[in-house]
Amino acid sequence: MKVWITLGSVLLLVLAIPQLGWPYYTILMLSFFAYATALLGLNLLFGYTGLLSFGHALFLGLGAYTTAWLTSVWGICSMEVILLTAMVVAVLVAATIGALCVRYVKIYFGMLTLAFGMLFYSFLLKFYHLTGGDEGMRVLRPLLLGFDLSGMPKLSFLIGPYYYYSVAVLAMATGVMWRLVTSPFGLWLKAIRENPVKAAALGVSVRRYRWYAFLISAAYAAVGGALLGPTIGQVDPGLTYWTQSGHLVFMTLLGGFGYFFGPLLGALVFIYLQDTLMTMFPYWRLVFGAMLALLVLFAPEGLLGLLTGRRGRQGRKTVRAAVS
Amino acid sequence: MMLQAEKIAKAYGEFRALDGVTLGIAAGEFVSVIGPNGAGKSTLINVLTGLLKPTAGRVYLKGQDITGMGPWRLARLGMARSFQLVTIFPGLTVLEMLQVAVISRLRRHGHLFVSLARDREVTAQATEVAELFMLSEKLGMVARQLPQGDKKLLDVASAFALHPEVILLDEPTSGVSTQEKHTIMAILVAAARRIGIRSILQVEHDMDIVFGYSDRIIALHQGRILADATPQALQENADVMRLVVGQQSRHPDFGRSA
Repeated sequence: MKVWITLGSVLLLVLAIPQLGWPYYTILMLSFFAYATALLGLNLLFGYTGLLSFGHALFLGLGAYTTAWLTSVWGICSMEVILLTAMVVAVLVAATIGALCVRYVKIYFGMLTLAFGMLFYSFLLKFYHLTGGDEGMRVLRPLLLGFDLSGMPKLSFLIGPYYYYSVAVLAMATGVMWRLVTSPFGLWLKAIRENPVKAAALGVSVRRYRWYAFLISAAYAAVGGALLGPTIGQVDPGLTYWTQSGHLVFMTLLGGFGYFFGPLLGALVFIYLQDTLMTMFPYWRLVFGAMLALLVLFAPEGLLGLLTGRRGRQGRKTVRAAVS
Repeated sequence: MMLQAEKIAKAYGEFRALDGVTLGIAAGEFVSVIGPNGAGKSTLINVLTGLLKPTAGRVYLKGQDITGMGPWRLARLGMARSFQLVTIFPGLTVLEMLQVAVISRLRRHGHLFVSLARDREVTAQATEVAELFMLSEKLGMVARQLPQGDKKLLDVASAFALHPEVILLDEPTSGVSTQEKHTIMAILVAAARRIGIRSILQVEHDMDIVFGYSDRIIALHQGRILADATPQALQENADVMRLVVGQQSRHPDFGRSA
């Protein structure tokens, strides 16, 4: 009951933000919705299955570029079609990459995903005629539920209909993910994270379920990327650079990967903190680096761990197990 | 025969961990594999359960060739195993760990959007196995917080939760106190009867346990079968006892106790 009251209150607050008269911070929330969706998927892979991907920006970029391609090249502007296409494209790409990556674990899995992420980054840079190279591609305003809102000023569109549309997508993505992690499928993923040899002995087809988790996480990242497209208006290869993947991992650790809502809190804090620090301090990455070190050393369970009083060693052990 | 191995060999370079091992376990049998360290006992279990691929030879489960088949496939075909070192899911609760096996048995793993908490059948069957292994009071406990004896029981219980026809136990009482050993074995045998497990193959060092519970004993030495006999017949074979059991052959408590 307490959880539902908290969730309801948070949702009401999120819905009220556009009415508070802070358009700048409201637009930042759009980035949060996009990253939060992607992180739900990343945490299925990391927090639940025990596989740490250092190349997940690939799928975020794939979603964003799908939006750009569909709207500016093919003239398909339906946001629902864009989201579905982004998911399908991501799943197809992840099916191939994942089939190779999930054969490896720990640092080898991380390095392989990083390598594929960098390959995609190079592809976006070099295939200029397809991707616009370093200039990237424009994202045209999408239709929301079939409604053409091109007559609205951009700011009004973003902090109005698009804001609520993004909230709805994140809410649905959260609901579906909650169902997944509390299902028999979710328990099997946790079993794989805890001990793959034992899981296999109990009938879990470890490699196949790692692959499924990889596909789902890719689909989520692509939906996040597709949501991000209209907000930034122009997608470029920087979105898929390895530092972006690093940011995704940082957000997950910051909020607490051991919690379902941890990565969401991490994304929120990261986005607002990054924005604040960037305006105050040119070396904002220095602050983030120090934060990450302190986090791993003293609060391995992340911010939610601190808030709920869990500061055990499990988080640090899981991080160590995933990368060593 | 429930489980058969024909001329199994497993080599690591020049070293032959198993060298032409042929054995069979019939329905209703409790068979123990004994031998000194390095005899190839754990390798044998690992080959039979698909964790290792044999260099040569075939393995059959109820007549079906299962050589090289992965452990998860074998688990679904009705063969389960437990490990020499306690192998659990440390971060999951006792109930969750048993549910992992029950989900496998009831083929619920494809249920992506069904709440596990609402699946009463899975919970009921996991609870039932917990009761057999005296773990029903600890269903909500995280596995890593259990005492060592309970961890061992949970490891074995999770294998039993698959309701296999054949189970292979790699030192089911290792790492626990002498007193706990007999408790674990009594629980294990009772649970096997209740669940309907048809054949048990165990690797065990403790000769009280081996001679107390086995219908047949297979003695391994340097990767080969030295003897395959009833406990009484094996005790009468002084040469094998000296070679395989060593000092322990003079243990006064040898003899069937269960």
